[in-house]
Amino acid sequence: MTSKNKWLSAPYTLWSVVFIIIPLCMIFYYGLTDKTGAFTLENIMAIATAEHAKALRLSILLSLISTLLCFLLAYPLAMILANMKVSQHSFIILIFILPMWMNFLLRTLAWQTLLEKNGVINNILTFLHLPNINIINTPYAIILGMVYNFLPFMVLPLYNALSKIDKNVINAARDLGADNVHTFFRIILPLSVPGIISGISMVFVPALTTFVISSLLGGSKILLIGNVIDQEFTQASNWHLGSGLSIVLMLFIILNMIASAVFDKDGEGSML
Amino acid sequence: MSKELIHLNNISKSFDGQMVLDELNLTIHENEFVTLLGPSGCGKTTTLRILGGFATPDTGSVIFDGQDITKLPPNLRPLNTVFQKYALFTHMNIAENIAFGLKIRKKSKDYIADKIRYALKLVNLEGYENRMPDSLSGGQQQRIAIARAIVNEPRVLLLDEPLGALDLKLRQEMQYELIRMKNELGITFVYVTHDQEEALTMSDTIVVMNQGYIQQIGSPEFIYNEPENAFVADFIGDSNIIPATMIEDKLVSILGTRFACVDTGFGHNKPVDVVIRPEDVELVAPAQGTLTGEVTHLIFKGVHYEMEVMAGGFEWLVHSTALHPVGEKVGIRVAPYNIQIMNKPESEDEEAVAIDI
Repeated sequence: MTSKNKWLSAPYTLWSVVFIIIPLCMIFYYGLTDKTGAFTLENIMAIATAEHAKALRLSILLSLISTLLCFLLAYPLAMILANMKVSQHSFIILIFILPMWMNFLLRTLAWQTLLEKNGVINNILTFLHLPNINIINTPYAIILGMVYNFLPFMVLPLYNALSKIDKNVINAARDLGADNVHTFFRIILPLSVPGIISGISMVFVPALTTFVISSLLGGSKILLIGNVIDQEFTQASNWHLGSGLSIVLMLFIILNMIASAVFDKDGEGSML
Repeated sequence: MSKELIHLNNISKSFDGQMVLDELNLTIHENEFVTLLGPSGCGKTTTLRILGGFATPDTGSVIFDGQDITKLPPNLRPLNTVFQKYALFTHMNIAENIAFGLKIRKKSKDYIADKIRYALKLVNLEGYENRMPDSLSGGQQQRIAIARAIVNEPRVLLLDEPLGALDLKLRQEMQYELIRMKNELGITFVYVTHDQEEALTMSDTIVVMNQGYIQQIGSPEFIYNEPENAFVADFIGDSNIIPATMIEDKLVSILGTRFACVDTGFGHNKPVDVVIRPEDVELVAPAQGTLTGEVTHLIFKGVHYEMEVMAGGFEWLVHSTALHPVGEKVGIRVAPYNIQIMNKPESEDEEAVAIDI
């Protein structure tokens, strides 16, 4: 590399130092020290306290459920899209991407209004003499919010992986005697694994760390690990504990990324 | 000829309003090596897909060994296909690829192991069981695709331009390999290609197709030596196609000069086309030639020289091992049995004429 080319990358290097590396170092510094500045593992071990452990368990549970629901919803859609001609599917992809142009916070607020006890949905249900649904401020509302917000992140990598499968590979399986069920489980599903892995990590990671969806749709009663960390920083002003818990969360994310790197060699998820 | 195995009856197929196959009729015999040959878009691949069950004809029927299989899905047909660009299962190793069809048919472990060994030996890739498809060269992947198809003991193997992605040397090697495999297996091969040389080398029967119609069916020698029309003559090998007049039986006027020929039954003073293969044009001293002309181009082609000779207002393509430099005056002579007479197409449309068989 010539020195001229090195200069071209300077803005990006500067950017990553200022906005990625320095903040990361600060998190590690705060996470591993107490208020006097002395080294301690207490902030990290704090995850083991009943309240924190409960929040983490709930976060993992809700994220897993949401990821599974996203996968079940997205896979058939991605298959339909992958089998369509380009002229037909671009409209459906647009429908999926369109809400993403709107602010994520606004869309979640909209769900809050829709789901309220006297919200739009219940008003319509009452008008139709149907039983009301009361899922606002419950884990169900949080799952709904997660699935709604993160579904496109599952659809696109799956679509990407499925549309890369050569039609003749599927034809070859049929030709060798496989019926539709065999072809799906022995050929299509295994070949779409890279897309599944990146879809899972692209839904699971933001779902695990979210605190906006849980505070807007879960009320103040349901604490996810993201909410706990948020409160430590903003309300308790305990940056040390907040950073320590963040490091624990980071561990889960790194594990997830290692899994994706192992399975997603072709970079199916790189579209986003 | 041996037993008739497959009949395609009045098959028509169109895509988006465009006619791809028009009332196609074709009979394939047991143990025959049939090649569907034609330019891209001639309908040869569609014909193969209809045989394999990947496309349904709009009208007509496919009869296999007396049974109508037109509506049978591909997994229930007694045929197997070798796809263009191999279509191997990249998430399985070679042994699993080959075993795929056998496992679905619930064959025993020993039977499958035996078959894998046999198939890899047949395609000369013994010991490749645990390799992944991506680690193999194009030629090797092609062999695996063939092995994967033949372990199922199909009565017919369909091959869709299987050598198209290989380089010239490998392609020629694989042609001999395929002939050997076919003889060893004793099954019917239906082969699709646009490469006339491949077709001439391997086939028992060549089906020349253009614009959804069969132009001619016959042995390689017959198609080469007796092309039915200008399209076939032009598509199979190099040729001189010259407008001429059939004066009477066994006498034709080419570019105003009379040539003896062997064809009869074209009538008197009838306009025709003649085909003369470049290697059949003899260059002699001007005094001995039926026509005289001058060499205008010369290219060395390895085995022979390719020359163009301007004679009688027509540029003759000539292949000869003897060198005649540019500018030399030469005489042209053609042996009567080397002049092939064809009826002129009556209109542009009829150039893609349907031939009943």
